[in-house]
Amino acid sequence: MATTEEIRASLADIVNEVAGIPADDVQLDKSFVDDLDVDSLSMVEVVVAAEEKFDVKIPDDEVKNLKTVGDAVAFIERQLS
Amino acid sequence: MTALTGPTGTTHAGLLGLGVYRPRREVPNSEIVHLIDSSDEWIRTRSGITSRRFAEADETVVSMSVEASRQAIEQAGLTPGQIDCVLVATVSHLLQTPAAAAMIAEQLGATPAAAMDVSAACAGFCYGVAMASDMVRGGSARHVLVVGVEKLSDITDPTDRSTAFIFADGAGAVVVGPADQAGISPVVWGSDGARFDLIRQEAFWPPKVDPDPESVKGAHVLRMDGNPVFRWASFEMAKVAQQAIERAGITVDELDAFIPHQANMRITDAMARALKLPSHVVIARDIAEQGNTSAASIPLAMHRLIADGQVKPGDLALLIAFGAGLVYAAQVVRLP
Repeated sequence: MATTEEIRASLADIVNEVAGIPADDVQLDKSFVDDLDVDSLSMVEVVVAAEEKFDVKIPDDEVKNLKTVGDAVAFIERQLS
Repeated sequence: MTALTGPTGTTHAGLLGLGVYRPRREVPNSEIVHLIDSSDEWIRTRSGITSRRFAEADETVVSMSVEASRQAIEQAGLTPGQIDCVLVATVSHLLQTPAAAAMIAEQLGATPAAAMDVSAACAGFCYGVAMASDMVRGGSARHVLVVGVEKLSDITDPTDRSTAFIFADGAGAVVVGPADQAGISPVVWGSDGARFDLIRQEAFWPPKVDPDPESVKGAHVLRMDGNPVFRWASFEMAKVAQQAIERAGITVDELDAFIPHQANMRITDAMARALKLPSHVVIARDIAEQGNTSAASIPLAMHRLIADGQVKPGDLALLIAFGAGLVYAAQVVRLP
């Protein structure tokens, strides 16, 4: 079972790859849109990459609730548990 | 028992000629941003579009098609009278019946060619090419004219932030006919009606069909749920494109060009990444100056690559188109 920090670090790598944001900036309290400048289409790419990486399903309806990196990490943790 | 004669066609079909029509009026982002509270920069980063073309009153679905078709027939070295069937892919010929195809055939002087419209939205051109190839190989037509044409400005809400900056107008046409070698690979196509609502008209055309015409005023325009469409197009469609390469019996390294439906530059980029296209494969990016012209976008993009000298006749191009339905089709073609 991956730890919160491991999930955050993997997600940070994905955000870096998709949107070019430095991975170190991708911290739990950061908003994807307001702090990291990840737009809605990049967010879709992040979600699809995260689904593959963690072998989870993140439905379209759920994506709009994932406002911060912490929201996304918590959602993935719940799916994995 | 009396024997019937069955149809006999040719072994191979290919694209023999290509023509396009780009409407006169160029519309930069600056001209449309005020109605959608947006900016040139926002539109460019979300879609890659810097300008598009909107047809004027005299540039109709039929007239644009006729112009594009004349060029395609001439490039094929044919006369209009040698066209046996006209397939017109469009969603913006605003009559349910009769089909635009019959009028286009008439104005070209291609009568009495068989003529029908194909309703497969943005996938219509690839649907048309697939059917034309089978007609030629099956013997029901020797030369088929396939037109992709849209005047989406007629059915776009200029205040809709999801669509107003995307949709545009134009026409492209190809002639499909007999060839010495396979010029059109087997099509990989399908539909996903569970996602019928993602790109849609929200009401019937004529008020008579709807019990309350006032309630549906303006509801015939195209609406789209952008993010789910982006997800489907970028990732599901890359898998379809991969299948088309396999069905063509080639590898991705043997492709010369990738000409996807010009839906959104971000979709094109995501698909190209998913397909791991080698750097020598030229990627069509006509959308930057043409917008999303639905069924017309692939022939328009093909024409620009050829005109710019980025590809040459005989090169292999992967085509993939996808849109409202949802529907999709992909094939590899040898460029005319």
